[in-house]
Amino acid sequence: MSHKLFLIAAFAAVFVAPAQAQKLFTRDGVVTFDATAANSPETIKAVNKSGTCVWDKSSGAVEMAVLVKGFLFEKALMQEHFNENYMESTKYPKATFTGKLDNSGSVDTGKDGTYKVNASGTLTMHGVSKSVTAPVTFTVKGGKVSAAVSFSVTLADYNISIPSVVADKVNKKVEVSIAANLELMK
Amino acid sequence: MKKIINTGGLLLLLAASISAQNNGSLLSLLDDQYSRDRVTNAFKSPRVINSHSMEMLAPGTMDFRILHRFGDISQGYYELFGLDHATMRMGFDFGITPNLMAGFGRSTNKKELDGFVKYRVLWQTNGRHSIPFSLVAVGGMTVNGLKDPIGIEEVPVTFSRRLAFYGQLIIGRKFNDWLTLQVTPTIVHRNIVENRLVPNELYAVGFGGRAKFTKRMAFVWDYSYLINRFPPDLNSNPLSLGFDIETGGHVFQLHFSNATGMNERAYLCDHNGNWLKGEIRFGFNLSRVFQLVKQDVF
Repeated sequence: MSHKLFLIAAFAAVFVAPAQAQKLFTRDGVVTFDATAANSPETIKAVNKSGTCVWDKSSGAVEMAVLVKGFLFEKALMQEHFNENYMESTKYPKATFTGKLDNSGSVDTGKDGTYKVNASGTLTMHGVSKSVTAPVTFTVKGGKVSAAVSFSVTLADYNISIPSVVADKVNKKVEVSIAANLELMK
Repeated sequence: MKKIINTGGLLLLLAASISAQNNGSLLSLLDDQYSRDRVTNAFKSPRVINSHSMEMLAPGTMDFRILHRFGDISQGYYELFGLDHATMRMGFDFGITPNLMAGFGRSTNKKELDGFVKYRVLWQTNGRHSIPFSLVAVGGMTVNGLKDPIGIEEVPVTFSRRLAFYGQLIIGRKFNDWLTLQVTPTIVHRNIVENRLVPNELYAVGFGGRAKFTKRMAFVWDYSYLINRFPPDLNSNPLSLGFDIETGGHVFQLHFSNATGMNERAYLCDHNGNWLKGEIRFGFNLSRVFQLVKQDVF
């Protein structure tokens, strides 16, 4: 008798469990940051257009990751210093966010409109993990779901030190914004 | 009966593996955790010390390089250990595409002009479709600018007799953040040589590397073994040891070398000092990278 139970359990696990979870994802989330100090002669901005994100709508769980090396700057030397001296991207190749959206169910992906929910979780970069919260705005339009987030990161919190020679150029607080078009995972 | 149990077991295993995936990271569902990761910053600059490195200049940048070599340290205090004599090379290198760069320079030594084109054929890559090493090809030429470059009355000076050419392959690998090694088989062709016994084609194998010990400092070395130099002299194979110091905008390379020449023709074919007799010289390279064309990233 027990083997029949096994069979049922196995079938249930294979076919039933994935069906109940609605997950949305992106592979080309755009992550931008601006670290330009108030009186800096140079603009210190970078963009990464291949952020990955998966959002389990039913549980509210969210995960996001970017490859640090994927941030592109206008100036190659800035990009090199970012990787080599500040973020140490060989040692710490990724920046990740793991957390959840409060009230995830309130976002109706079937109905046009904007929905504001709060995200909270752990941001990990440069080998340091910190708790963060940020408001997320979801926009649903014609069946397409997009999300936008803005928050700021204090570099010292993540053990990123700015040498005094460039202290007037690099801001201690960095403004980060994320924009992603989400697709339904099949 | 047994069959059914086996099937059930198999299905359970399958179910377990799928649910394990679900219980793990959500991102693992995307199955592109380990996308292509090209290895960058294997060296601080496109030169180890004398020889080309596996590193390329970023597109749109110009590397202005000033290279100095002082006189032999063995000359002693009278010549302030060589500091009373200096030769230099001024160079301008340009990054054209991520895999293509070109540059030119002029040395006070033999008033020689040199130019090169450098192309990255393979780029060391981790993750998916990994490539274990970078392969870079360099081709260059030099023009001797002396009034009388040959010094033999019976041999008239023509433009082609001023020329030399070189071709080089760089096979390099950045093993980790602190260690990079490269091997560089090289051929130098001189249109004219000193005498019948000296081969026009000189074959050499270079060995270069970097050991980076802080975020902004590294120990670098650069040696070439000359296969068919005439007369053979092992001790005069060019060997340079030095430090790369990065100060933000500049890269300083401070080193000791037995070579005076600062282009491939010169440091491989010219007579170099004997390390064992202390015929070495202090030198420094200064590199400043300018962004001529901003990268269109946004």
